[in-house]
Amino acid sequence: MRMSSFFFTIGQGFKSLKRNRWYTLASVATISACLFLFGVFYSIVTNFQHVVKTAEEGVSVTVFFNEGTTEDIILATKALVEKRPEVRQVVYVSAQEAWEGFKEDYLGEYADGFTENPLEDSANLQIYLSDVSMQPALVTYLESLSDIRLVNKSEVTASTLVGVNSLIAYISLGIIAILLLVSIFLISNTVTIGISVRKEEINIMKYIGATDFFVRAPFVIEGIIIGIIGSIIPLFIIYIIYNKTAVYIAERFAMLNSILDILPVGTIFEALVPISVLIGVGIGFLGSVATVRKHLHV
Amino acid sequence: MEKVLRKKKAQRSAYDDDIITLDNVTKSYAVGKPALNGVTLHIKKGEFVFIVGDSGSGKSTLIKLLLRELVPSEGTITVMGHDLGRMRHRNIPKFRRNLGIVFQDFRLLKDRNVYENVAFAQRIIQKSSREIRKNVPSILATVGLAGKYKSKVTQLSGGEQQRVALARAMVNKPTILLADEPTGNLDPGNSWDIMKLMEQINENGTTVIVVTHNREIVNAMHKRVITMKKGVVIYDEEEGEYHDEDE
Ligand SMILES: Nc1ncnc2c1ncn2[C@@H]1O[C@H](COP(=O)(O)OP(=O)(O)O)[C@@H](O)[C@H]1O
Ligand SMILES: [Mg+2]
Repeated sequence: MRMSSFFFTIGQGFKSLKRNRWYTLASVATISACLFLFGVFYSIVTNFQHVVKTAEEGVSVTVFFNEGTTEDIILATKALVEKRPEVRQVVYVSAQEAWEGFKEDYLGEYADGFTENPLEDSANLQIYLSDVSMQPALVTYLESLSDIRLVNKSEVTASTLVGVNSLIAYISLGIIAILLLVSIFLISNTVTIGISVRKEEINIMKYIGATDFFVRAPFVIEGIIIGIIGSIIPLFIIYIIYNKTAVYIAERFAMLNSILDILPVGTIFEALVPISVLIGVGIGFLGSVATVRKHLHV
Repeated sequence: MEKVLRKKKAQRSAYDDDIITLDNVTKSYAVGKPALNGVTLHIKKGEFVFIVGDSGSGKSTLIKLLLRELVPSEGTITVMGHDLGRMRHRNIPKFRRNLGIVFQDFRLLKDRNVYENVAFAQRIIQKSSREIRKNVPSILATVGLAGKYKSKVTQLSGGEQQRVALARAMVNKPTILLADEPTGNLDPGNSWDIMKLMEQINENGTTVIVVTHNREIVNAMHKRVITMKKGVVIYDEEEGEYHDEDE
């Protein structure tokens, strides 16, 4: 296709949009609503996953040993545990280190009253997991080992987080699917109206010898334009809302900053922009092609 | 068998320079009597032909068959060597680029100016911008609208609108011009202007077929006249004249 013909076809697409602007607006609004919700849920789910991941990284199992267990045995156990696939990292905390940590956390200046280490038998292994769901299996294994006095599980149960996260994902997928169908329906209506409004023009084109492709292309372009506009608008809105929300959360829940670490908008948009535009263009393309094939027997 | 073949051959050579051939063509719509009933016609390249007849006699049906908007129920139509009944759907656009078509109701794009209406025809067949800028003013000058290229077509008189339509039909340099009652909505003066333009187009080599009810013009121009009645050709005369309905 010639460049000038290409621009002519695009111009025809825009003309058609302008001619039935109310349907165009309705279509753009629906796609926008759909992609807006998609963007919101995507932002929430992605941040939630980020939080879960941070939390998961903090999940650990602590193993204490029987009285009088030598450091050699503890280190041998450490090597054994490190070989397990669900284990990411094992940190050996000697009795001395444990005492230092305890002093720092709870005693402060009162620690001076102690001359010996009261936590003589508190040498332990801190085990960090790569797969949190394997935590129970690991605990069972650790309890079966000799010389083990106590196995402490971390309080944070990541499985709850994971459950909530997938619930949000499923609900949002459902809503988005419904909105997608509505969008396709509205685009199809817009294109149908466009075809009936331009019946005369289409007839003239056919008499002059326009190819099927040339007659149909403007309507498909019309659909794609609707899709593009319908995806750009919500991206703008989400961009603004996201930044405002991030600032609000950071200020309001300052003490929770370590867990509520909101991802920067750039990280979210890296994937959200291409996905949204792709969905928008896809809906516009599919909706118009299907309609043109049905109603435009050229 | 041999005889038949020889006869066919002889027939073919007799009509070798036909640009349009109708062989025993019948066209029936879903209801009613056939609109065309066993019509046989030969039109040579470069001819100027009037088609006249009562309303409902099948003139528009004939035009629609020629531009492959309709296909014959029986018989064959050959235009520029193409058997229209067998033409594949995707070849229709290319075929129509050889035709210029003009209607009684002009059928212009009302939201565009004179220039754009004519340029439209060139854009649709994907001519380059350079060609469009050259061809459109030239054809507008030919139909006497050089000074009005920026006018909205809705602000033009009927005669001017039909000239725009004629310019649009001619800008792609068609081999055949088909006009279905082009002067049906025009006063006598404008009707003459349009007919004279079509005669001029014909003199430049285009085959012209004009459906009309304009008795005065038909009788004055001394062209071939095909008279139809109830789907049948009842007269076909060189330098013919307009026949009355009750003849
Ligand atoms: N689309 C159609 N469906 C059914 N009958 C039609 C249709 N078009 C034309 N006819 C009939 O075919 C006959 C010829 O019509 P037409 O070719 O339009 O005649 P003319 O142009 O000479 O007035 C008329 O009886 C008309 O009613
Ligand atoms: Mg008619």
